[in-house]
Amino acid sequence: MTKSHKDIPLTPISDTPSTMNATGLWRIVTPVVDRKKCKKCNICWKFCPEAAVRLVNGEPVIDLSYCKGCGICAHECPQKCIVMAKEGEQ
Amino acid sequence: MTRMVMTGNYASAYGAKLARAQVIAAYPITPQTSIVEKLAEFVAAGELNAKFIPVEGEHSAMAACIAAETAGARSYTATSSQGLTLMHEVLMWASGARLPIVMTNVSRAMAPPWSVWVDHMDSVAQRDTGWLQFFCESNQEVLDTIIMAYKVCESNGVMLPAMIIEDAFILSHTSEPVDVPEQSAVDSFLPQYAPELKLEVGKALGFGSLVKPDQYMEFRYKAMEGMEEAKSRILGVEREFKHIFGREYGGLLDRYRCDDAEVVLACAGSVASTAKDVVDSMREKGSKVGLARIRAFRPFPHDEFKALANSVEGLGVLDRSYTFGAAGAMYTEVKASAFSAQKKPAMKNYIAGLGGRDITPKILEKIFEDIQMATKRREGPEVEWVDVAGLPRRWR
Repeated sequence: MTKSHKDIPLTPISDTPSTMNATGLWRIVTPVVDRKKCKKCNICWKFCPEAAVRLVNGEPVIDLSYCKGCGICAHECPQKCIVMAKEGEQ
Repeated sequence: MTRMVMTGNYASAYGAKLARAQVIAAYPITPQTSIVEKLAEFVAAGELNAKFIPVEGEHSAMAACIAAETAGARSYTATSSQGLTLMHEVLMWASGARLPIVMTNVSRAMAPPWSVWVDHMDSVAQRDTGWLQFFCESNQEVLDTIIMAYKVCESNGVMLPAMIIEDAFILSHTSEPVDVPEQSAVDSFLPQYAPELKLEVGKALGFGSLVKPDQYMEFRYKAMEGMEEAKSRILGVEREFKHIFGREYGGLLDRYRCDDAEVVLACAGSVASTAKDVVDSMREKGSKVGLARIRAFRPFPHDEFKALANSVEGLGVLDRSYTFGAAGAMYTEVKASAFSAQKKPAMKNYIAGLGGRDITPKILEKIFEDIQMATKRREGPEVEWVDVAGLPRRWR
């Protein structure tokens, strides 16, 4: 808790970027990509609302520091090559 | 100083120009349009060195002003009615981020029924957004209040935004003689905007970031302190303004012939000027009446009304809007202040002039007589809807 309201600025000001907030900690299910079925269409990359899909040589790699496990990538994948596995069971 | 004949809207535009607004972002809406048209002309002609940002709506207009002020630029916008209410979410951001934006709202009725005429519902509905709110009586007051508002709002202890309220058409599109001060005089009165903290290139900071429950209340407490500080700053800045420009408007509550008044009517906006004439004519006939014009609705002149309640027999409040399920918003606040007084005057609320309906001298005289009656015996509803077709009481 703040010692006194006198010691804080008028509005909260942060000097760290919001990427410090590792939203991956929220996840209870994890996307798992079947590399053999993946056609590198990049649709998962386009749809990810957290920009947690990175493309490495055209292949999707999920950044688990930020992936919240929403499952949009698995839902949108035309090849159905992404499955949502329970945390720790993938 | 130059004396020009101009509308309230041009008075707003000249006010923003003289205050040297650096960023203007606005979306046109009747009856505000000619404010931003005039400002666009000033910028295009090179008479005002500002960035003019045409946006796709009022929410974006306010968002652009927020960004500009965060980067340390003095900003201005203008809107009305549906446009103001569309801004509602970002109005809260502007005050919470402690950005002293100044905006003109040309007060106009909310739809439906569709209307473009004067009514204070749009402005009153924003009273809890943390903005200072000034209701103006004349075009001169509009121009002068914009300049004063920047000085009040940008001062260290305040740092909150302000809304300058012009009545639709009665001020916005009616021409009056207005004294336009010299730019050099305004420059010496109003220093450049120099916030302590601002967003700067090469120095990344996040403004208005997330705080947890152990910190939130302290930020709100500080905003409350800012609004309280505004009360004395409004008076101080007006004294200084009078010293340089020779004009004053009565601080938070403009009291007209209230000193020995037995009955006082409180109201806001242009109707006050008609009511002052009615006070004069009733005084000539021996009635001790007075007018209290609510110039600042936020911060609210609580102490002023408390003192007034102690000195009068009857206190009426004319609201040009209605809070459904309660009464006029100004009435409930005046009544709350009066409750802190030692003496409790008879009080009545008059809902009048909605959607631009004329509030004539005759109607105002009847309202004064009704307050006088209420000091002797209580009859009729506490909240009167004035001049509504089909109601038994005649006001015209």
